[in-house]
Amino acid sequence: MTTELHRPSEIQLGRIAYRRRQTIRSVLLAALSTAVVGGALAFAVTGAPGWDRVKSSFFDPEVARKYLPDVLEGLWLNIRLLVVCAAAALALGLLVAVLRTLRGPVFFPVRALATGYTYAFRGLPLIIVLYVCTLGVPGLRLQGMPSVLVLGGAALVITYGAYLAEVFRAGIESVHPSQLAAARSLGLTYRQTMRHVVLPQAVRRVAPPLLNDTVALQKDVGLVSLAGPIDAVRAAQIATAQDANFTPYIVAGVLFVLLALPLIGVTDWVTLRAARRQSAGS
Amino acid sequence: MMLLSCENVRKVFGSQVVLDDLSLDVGEHEVVALIGASGSGKSTLLRCVSLLTGVDDGTIRLDGEDITDPRVNPDLVRRRIGMVFQAYNLFPHMTVLRNITLAPAKVHKRAAADVRDQAMEWLKRLGLADKADSYPDRLSGGQQQRVAIVRALVNSPRLLLLDEVTSALDPELVGEVLTMIRGLKEEGMTMVLATHEMGFARQVADRVVFLDGGRVLESGPPAQVLGDPVEPRTRQFLARIIEAGRL
Repeated sequence: MTTELHRPSEIQLGRIAYRRRQTIRSVLLAALSTAVVGGALAFAVTGAPGWDRVKSSFFDPEVARKYLPDVLEGLWLNIRLLVVCAAAALALGLLVAVLRTLRGPVFFPVRALATGYTYAFRGLPLIIVLYVCTLGVPGLRLQGMPSVLVLGGAALVITYGAYLAEVFRAGIESVHPSQLAAARSLGLTYRQTMRHVVLPQAVRRVAPPLLNDTVALQKDVGLVSLAGPIDAVRAAQIATAQDANFTPYIVAGVLFVLLALPLIGVTDWVTLRAARRQSAGS
Repeated sequence: MMLLSCENVRKVFGSQVVLDDLSLDVGEHEVVALIGASGSGKSTLLRCVSLLTGVDDGTIRLDGEDITDPRVNPDLVRRRIGMVFQAYNLFPHMTVLRNITLAPAKVHKRAAADVRDQAMEWLKRLGLADKADSYPDRLSGGQQQRVAIVRALVNSPRLLLLDEVTSALDPELVGEVLTMIRGLKEEGMTMVLATHEMGFARQVADRVVFLDGGRVLESGPPAQVLGDPVEPRTRQFLARIIEAGRL
């Protein structure tokens, strides 16, 4: 109530001034050391004997401009594939994680299947799954076989679903048993307890690792190009072969980093908001 | 007919017998305080009654119905029993209001507005109306525990189980929770409470039950059990409590 009227004492004013001087000093120090390290790095790279060759074959603005549309077109495929696969893999992961927590003999086959799935597909290299899905499955010559792109997407979803299932399971297990006891004592069924008490807490807790896997997925969706579709990296590869210049790879690399930034930003924001809401009141 | 009736209940954890042939009846509107040393089986008994854990032998009846029968749906039994825990166990990701209204809305399928009004009325009565939209972390221990009691009460349970509800509280916050429980007794709520607060047991309980080694060793009016116990073990226990300054 009296915080607004409170006038800081001489001692406190002195402390505030001292802290301000210290802050300015550390900012200046940081700027200076950054300049020194950055300058040394720039000197080492640009001063290297082969720098001119590397510069012309990796950082050619002309080549970059020429192939940017091709790489962007490939990136559009990455983005579409990422959105669909990330959503599907998250849903699959959550489902498998919940299935693994089911108790009772009736659910034994479900539990065993879910466990076997996470074990198998976390160990299996993505490329093998991709080849089996995109090259093996069409070989069955079934009616209504989906496109290679869909099959490749399925391979990504199956593989990443296994990782995400384990992340979700870790989250579910991190919710203290007393929360379950409280929910069940109120008469909530197992399902209601999961839905309203356990999962909301679990998902919030594992949001950062979930996003981390989504960023990894973003890089791996491009592997469908092994089966034909042209993604950003594949487009860069084609461009590189045409002009014998590696700049398109750098272009694709920069675009991937730019693509990851908003994803990372979103999780940080979500995590922060949840933490603030729970511990800072209304 | 007794509201709650435990007959020869046995509960074992590994090789340790926690409840040993325990029998206890609780009548309607009766308040029973369970006292005894740590590990005497107070909490385990409450967890067995609320079906949070199964019994290894014996029978527990609620309004005459055998709730330890494996054919009984435990979810339906728990709807009739309220439970309050030592560590409050509020849901940290929900506001105070949502904590209270969750079960009435989802389990008892009551109208949202109706449940909300009832919850707000409770909060007003406890002077916590301004906390309705806060998250539990922002409340003091005493406030959290009173919210937890309201959360159990809005389901209109036949029986309220209180497991050391003041043990995690700072001494100056114990009073507000005990006042609330005293109010519930006046309204006729049937309660079984495990407690270390002998003074409170004396004031609020109709009967004090001393558990020792998973058995009921002594049971009777508070004045008798706490003031003039028959069993030497009860005397010993109370002597230690007095030594610790808790009586």
